[in-house]
Amino acid sequence: MKKIGQNLFTYVDERFKLQGLFDFAKHKKVPEHEDSFWYYFGGIALFLSGIQVATGIMLLLYYTPSIEAAHESIQFIMSQVKFGWLIRSVHSWTANILIGILFVHMFSTFFLKAYRKPRELTWITGFFLLILFMAFGFSGYLLPWNELSYFATRVGTDIAGSLPFIGKWLKGFILGGTSVSQATLSRFFWFHVALLPLAAFTVIVIHVLLVQILGMSVPLRLKDKKVKEISFFPDFIYKDALGWTLILVLVGVVCVFLPWEVGKKADPFAATPLGIKPEWYFTFMFTTLKLIPSHVLFIEGEQLAILAFMAGGIFWMLAPFLDRKAARERPSPVFTWIGIIVLLYIVVMTVVTYTVPKL
Amino acid sequence: MTKKIFSIAVFSALSLLPLAAFAQKNSCLDCHSGLEAELKAPAMSFAQDIHQQFGLTCKDCHGGNPAQASEDKAKDKTFKGAPKRTQIPEFCASCHSDAAYMRTFNPRLRVDQFSQYETSKHGQLLKKGDAKVAVCTDCHGVHGIQTAKFPKSATFPWNIPQTCGRCHADADYMKPYGISTDQLTKYKDSVHAHALFEKKDMSAPTCNSCHGNHGAFPPEVKSIGSVCRQCHPSTGELFAKSPHKKAFDDMGQSECEACHGNHKIERPTTAMLGTTDKAVCVQCHDKGSKGYQAAGELKTLLDGFDARIQKEGATLVLAEKKGVEVSEPAYRLQEVNTVLVSAKNLVHGLALDEIRKKLAEGEQTLADVGKASAAALDEAKFRRKGLIIATFFLALFGLALFLKIRSMRKPA
Repeated sequence: MKKIGQNLFTYVDERFKLQGLFDFAKHKKVPEHEDSFWYYFGGIALFLSGIQVATGIMLLLYYTPSIEAAHESIQFIMSQVKFGWLIRSVHSWTANILIGILFVHMFSTFFLKAYRKPRELTWITGFFLLILFMAFGFSGYLLPWNELSYFATRVGTDIAGSLPFIGKWLKGFILGGTSVSQATLSRFFWFHVALLPLAAFTVIVIHVLLVQILGMSVPLRLKDKKVKEISFFPDFIYKDALGWTLILVLVGVVCVFLPWEVGKKADPFAATPLGIKPEWYFTFMFTTLKLIPSHVLFIEGEQLAILAFMAGGIFWMLAPFLDRKAARERPSPVFTWIGIIVLLYIVVMTVVTYTVPKL
Repeated sequence: MTKKIFSIAVFSALSLLPLAAFAQKNSCLDCHSGLEAELKAPAMSFAQDIHQQFGLTCKDCHGGNPAQASEDKAKDKTFKGAPKRTQIPEFCASCHSDAAYMRTFNPRLRVDQFSQYETSKHGQLLKKGDAKVAVCTDCHGVHGIQTAKFPKSATFPWNIPQTCGRCHADADYMKPYGISTDQLTKYKDSVHAHALFEKKDMSAPTCNSCHGNHGAFPPEVKSIGSVCRQCHPSTGELFAKSPHKKAFDDMGQSECEACHGNHKIERPTTAMLGTTDKAVCVQCHDKGSKGYQAAGELKTLLDGFDARIQKEGATLVLAEKKGVEVSEPAYRLQEVNTVLVSAKNLVHGLALDEIRKKLAEGEQTLADVGKASAAALDEAKFRRKGLIIATFFLALFGLALFLKIRSMRKPA
């Protein structure tokens, strides 16, 4: 048996030259210290992305992207297709858990200043991945064509429409018209299963390549200390796999006890239900837009908030270049405080969204 | 922003439209606007009046010459002033009964209100000199008259019970007539009021749906059935074919009202059937009689079917709580419920065989729903078992990994 395995490996290796890859993995070292726990969130995010692709492909077998049949096809998947409920619930739940993990991964990278030279591009590709996965979430939310997703999309695109200068054009482009319709569903489907996966795959490849080439960053406070190292393969992969296993158990439990609901079919003529809100990871922005006064000085409040979020996003993306101290391998408490404030703002606004009635 | 400014401008212009009518010289409004209390009221409320919206002014009802500045000249020989209360119906009818005149404003508007009013209890009493009875202005208002389609109008469906109740629920006011004043309270507890106020169903009956509006009169025993048939025709047809029809006619009993009541018509349930004290059947059918026996059978039949629907419904709710998608069987259960509603309606025809036949139509669907709900519960169990097994193997795998990681930490 062992001989057959060896022969098979030799056959494949002669053609694909895999030995080089294995040697790289064996010799690659990963630092291990008290903060190395945070390294594993990147691997978990990659693992969940794989689940997304696998379950997404399976859902495509039965999903119909038309306003007449989308909701019915989801209902069919949830009630008639063997394990359809599991595949759809895993897809929806892991999508949400994945975005949560991405936030954790991003903030841990920020607070450990792992973005500092020479990993600026790793940070920027990671930032783009968060934006891409949020776009995945926004486009995927409409696909079941239920009441909540329909009105949340309407609210979301209205917000995009209030952007100065390009708002009207952008809203029309997203919707494929003036309102949420078949054209919108077709577009969102196309975004969700074609454009975004292609973009995400490309950026993930660059991001992972950069991580492999540059290795894991060691926190600033440990830079002059001797840090223990473990081999990437198999030691680090074993630990990664343990994290994946735990996440898999969590996904299984939530899918069995709280399968993702189908909801009521969207009725474009119905009144907007009370308390409509987008997916949780958009709520900090959504609540800000609701709470901001209609006018701040000479500018409309909503426009000001959107511009502030855009400016904040650009600042966040360019943090490795703006944090000059970290770039010189020196502590940068100002950026640590900025990170704490941003994190607190996101947490507080998200909590406010779900706890303050009639917001 | 431009849109907002434009909307505000258009809205403001539309709000000011009624005032445009006053742009012409109108000494009536000039003077009355400066007066106090009830003399000022006409000038204030006329801007919202439907007559004003059709271009009519004070002089069209009251005569006079509003173009004159002085009171003496304005109140010329054509001036009629305010009509006496007893003259109001004729005063309004001078236009509203004139088909040719009314056609110029609204060709579809009826012109028989006054002739109907004369046949009403209100009109009859007014003719006898009773000035307390309702005249046009009591229901429609005086200078702020609105169309019945306007939700704030006193004659809009939601407001009618309160409009009638202003007099009919006032014990002191109704004392001389010797009629009860609990109609409004009773109506508010009825299934009809529930449909009107809770479900906002504008087609739900209010006072005028049964009593008429301008020709309002309490329906006689013989006509109650016809009144109810306006909305419940199939029930009426079934009743007409039933043995009850002749029996009720012979006894001089009103058809629907005998069992369902009048103002407080509650949601009918099978509690009305059967042989218990609450059942309406025992009002006429003595113990041991054929009717008494049939009443018991009816109740058993319908309650038995209903109980099975409730049981399957509860199972589906439980399966849904456990996370299984059950919208399809839930929808089919609604179909079975529709069969039950039809069977309940057939009770008015008193044909037990027809009721059994109707219920049999739902049997197969109910059986299918039963299978689906049981399968849904099994599916919930299967999922939990699957989770336990999968978690067990994942835990084993995790434990193996953990032990391997721990062994790696130990120095060689």
